[in-house]
Amino acid sequence: MGELLILLYIFVLATLAGKEVISKVPPTLHTPLMSGANAISGIAIIGALVVTGAADQPWVKVLGTAGIVMATINVVGGFMVTDRMLQMFRKR
Amino acid sequence: MESTTITQIAYLISAVLFVSGIKQLSSPATARSGNARASLAMLLAIVVTLLDHEILDWTTVVAAVVAGAAIGGILARYIQMTAMPQLVAVFNGFGGGASAAVAAAEFLRAGGSGPALELGVGVTIVLGTLIGAVTFSGSLIAFGKLQGVVTGSPVTFPLQKTFNALLFLAVLLIGASLAHVGVANSVAPVFGMGALEISGPFFAALVAGALILGVLLVIPIGGADMPVVVSLLNSYSGIAAATTGFVLNNYILIIAGSLVGAAGLILTQLMCKAMNRSLGNVAFGAFGTEGQTARAKTGERPVRDVDAEQAAMVLAYAGSVAVVPGYGLAVAQAQHELKKVCDLLEDRGVTVRFGVHPVAGRMPGHMNVLLAEADVSYDKLLDLDDINAEFDSTDVVLIVGANDVVNPAARDPDSVIAGMPILDVDRARTVIVMKRSLSPGFAGIDNDLFYMDNTLMFFGDAKDQMSELVKEVREA
Repeated sequence: MGELLILLYIFVLATLAGKEVISKVPPTLHTPLMSGANAISGIAIIGALVVTGAADQPWVKVLGTAGIVMATINVVGGFMVTDRMLQMFRKR
Repeated sequence: MESTTITQIAYLISAVLFVSGIKQLSSPATARSGNARASLAMLLAIVVTLLDHEILDWTTVVAAVVAGAAIGGILARYIQMTAMPQLVAVFNGFGGGASAAVAAAEFLRAGGSGPALELGVGVTIVLGTLIGAVTFSGSLIAFGKLQGVVTGSPVTFPLQKTFNALLFLAVLLIGASLAHVGVANSVAPVFGMGALEISGPFFAALVAGALILGVLLVIPIGGADMPVVVSLLNSYSGIAAATTGFVLNNYILIIAGSLVGAAGLILTQLMCKAMNRSLGNVAFGAFGTEGQTARAKTGERPVRDVDAEQAAMVLAYAGSVAVVPGYGLAVAQAQHELKKVCDLLEDRGVTVRFGVHPVAGRMPGHMNVLLAEADVSYDKLLDLDDINAEFDSTDVVLIVGANDVVNPAARDPDSVIAGMPILDVDRARTVIVMKRSLSPGFAGIDNDLFYMDNTLMFFGDAKDQMSELVKEVREA
């Protein structure tokens, strides 16, 4: 239970930190913020890698591999498209 | 032990990079490096994870990463900026799907039998699967609605909410019984059943129920409200990732996941505020239908309409112009022509600024991206409060394809859009409305602005009319 509590602490504190940093983002940048945050949610790739790497049953491997593919699409596509948007924001 | 310590320190660095990267997103000047920093954080976390964990089959892992990166990269490179909302929706769905897959794989690995599962692990596996699967199917429906593959109008059937509530309850019960066999066995006698054996089929039912729930939660919501849904689902996908962090005892998953969870929730709240809806209203899927009931008669009152030449004259001889772009501009792909008109006006010494409503376009801040793509400098894009302070001293407001966000009815407490934050364009000296017809916007109500004495209606397709305007302003 001690371990679960530590995880809960991390979850709550990270949520609060996220709320603080994100509420300062101006409306102009909300679309890049959304797509950037979306790319970060691809962090699920870490879970997929751990599970697939250790997979010793066929179905675990199938699910894990599907997880890696989906999460990588999310991560790579998300960060790339956010960069594509942000490079257009220029001051003249 | 040694490698674990190194991994944890690397995860900590990655967490710091994530937070500081998002922080850099708060200014257009640093946003790009903020995004680069966040991607670096992701890369670091991935590399460290691969080094720390024993990988039995490198070929599969590498092939999966390469395939995902290729698909994601191609989508990101070639997508139209107007299609950004559906791209975010589909990426988001994959994020949720990945979390669900991880949680499901962990369930199988844990032996697939409930009694063997520890309560804490069981709960998190079930939550991860549930939230991830809802995010996956819900996001795909949102994508379909935004893309026009699924009908944009709300899909409803009798007793829908009751059905959804029952389904949700059923899914929760299945989940609870999976998480802890004792729960099922205390519930089972109520239904006259004996002790249950918790296993694979039960888990399959959980996944199926969650997938159906995701679909049912999104189909009753209108296409124009999809961005709120996408934003909320974005938050869910973060929470789903954080939940798998609980399952795998992995700090970086929890930290990054909860950052996204918070981001999605805040954006959802901001959007709700900008559309004057409550978060509860969004969460329970009761909206997107009110537009139909409030449809008003239009076109019975006289309006003053102008052609391109007259509109060009009014604009060219103004001292200051404020442009209010709406979704109609994006649909017509007229932002580049609009930019040409603005350049010509500025060459004549006219001050040009843009007033962007928070929900203009199809997602928060979408219009800013479209204008940035058309090369409009970001310091000319003013948000709601800033531009509202300027309208009193503005000569001409040019509204392109916007309706509800400039409807003065929002100030009338009896209106369906009462209290919605609007751009006070009626305070400017002259208002030009470029629009295809007098038809109402998403709220389904008539707009008094169109019939005011200082309003000029400039009917037609935004792109055609904007090209005409370029010609006429040049000659004015």
